[in-house]
Amino acid sequence: MTEKRIRVLIAKPGLDGHDRGAKVIARALMDAGMEVIYTGLRQTPEMIAEAALQEDVDVVGLSILSGAHNALVPAIIEKLHSSGLTNIKVFVGGIIPEPDIAGLLDLGVKAVYGPGTDTQTIIADIQHAMQRSSR
Amino acid sequence: MPQIDPIAIRQGDRLALSRALTMIENNAPESRALQSALFPFTGHAHLIGVTGAPGAGKSTLVNQLAMGLRQGKEGQPAPKVAIIAVDPTSPFTGGALLGDRIRMGGLAGDKGIFIRSMASRGVLGGLASHTAAFVTILDSAGFDLIIIETIGAGQAEVGIASLAHTVVVVEAPGMGDDIQAIKAGILEIADIIVVNKADRLGAENTIRALRVMLEMAQGKSGAFDIKGKHGLDALLPTIKEKQKPQPGWIPPIHTTIATEGQGIAPLIEDILRHGEHLAHTGEWQQKEAARLRRDIQALIRNTLLDQWWQKQDENQFEEILADVLQRKYSPLEAVERLL
Repeated sequence: MTEKRIRVLIAKPGLDGHDRGAKVIARALMDAGMEVIYTGLRQTPEMIAEAALQEDVDVVGLSILSGAHNALVPAIIEKLHSSGLTNIKVFVGGIIPEPDIAGLLDLGVKAVYGPGTDTQTIIADIQHAMQRSSR
Repeated sequence: MPQIDPIAIRQGDRLALSRALTMIENNAPESRALQSALFPFTGHAHLIGVTGAPGAGKSTLVNQLAMGLRQGKEGQPAPKVAIIAVDPTSPFTGGALLGDRIRMGGLAGDKGIFIRSMASRGVLGGLASHTAAFVTILDSAGFDLIIIETIGAGQAEVGIASLAHTVVVVEAPGMGDDIQAIKAGILEIADIIVVNKADRLGAENTIRALRVMLEMAQGKSGAFDIKGKHGLDALLPTIKEKQKPQPGWIPPIHTTIATEGQGIAPLIEDILRHGEHLAHTGEWQQKEAARLRRDIQALIRNTLLDQWWQKQDENQFEEILADVLQRKYSPLEAVERLL
């Protein structure tokens, strides 16, 4: 019998040093029965793609508060794809100005979450995305 | 789930390797044939277990060990290093927070290193049920050294002893009095003892307590070795004088400050020396035989249990359970009825 668990990488790319939000999300996803790999601060796109590959995660959650999302997110998605990880679901959380959200979604990001998002919403979105994909 | 080509794994395809590990962890039926196809190519890797209490600094030490081991010996190709880092699964939600990578940033970008976090998924003993199978796959993929970091362990989590060739037990100052050191358990499985955070207050006391414990285990006094520095030099001469050549392996005590990389080089030397010692004395083969014996026994147990459950009428089980609840008969008698 197969015993699949949803595996999630929570990563903080870039230079901002605030990871309270990332830790809260990591804990909430764990409480929802997921296996959450947390990599710590200041990850480069290469490091995130490498960790996603080694851990074979289904989902990558990026926490970005620095304002560098328009540079970081495309770089990370490109690295994921060039590593052969084309099926990974990418979610973004943090301080993302409204006008930038559509652009991130166009890149293939599943959802963008701002401050105050209910963790239950994020959990439901991940579970929904996993159900739709058959890997 | 798509099939994975065993040849791709042996040729170093990291994505195939990663997917294979997931398949095993999820108990996918396809993973059995894969493991069998790769098993003939195993037996090469030196398996190094790193265990110790939560917060002793295992992950930081593993990070340093892997960096140091990657240097290799002069004139030889750098060995490939894999790390399996096990963290606990919540018994209530089934989820897990795997945070060992946070301390392993020093290894990023090195293609000769592969790190995989693993949730225990309800298994006790400091490992997960598929850790041994992970080792098979990584071994066949050509990793020369496989470091297995257990769950933060204390007294009973000794599962690593039956898997690893070399067990490194990590202690930190201030984690308990000398009674903790003489209790049965984790120290008994140590091939090498590390007192990490050796710059902390109380490091000398911790070393002294460990030394006494080891002396008792050896049945003689002074028959071991202390390496490293950090204000402990005063202890060294007397110990070294007493040290005599021994036929068996005497667990050395190392002192490290893993966050600063101090004490790592001599520790690595002893880890490799222990591997050579095992090969030399024939203990390597004995350990392999003992491990495979246990693996096969465990597989028989699981297979028989699965087979029995498949044939078992669930209603009958529930009826008997209800009877046991009402104290009509004992669980022992219930088993006699069911089998």
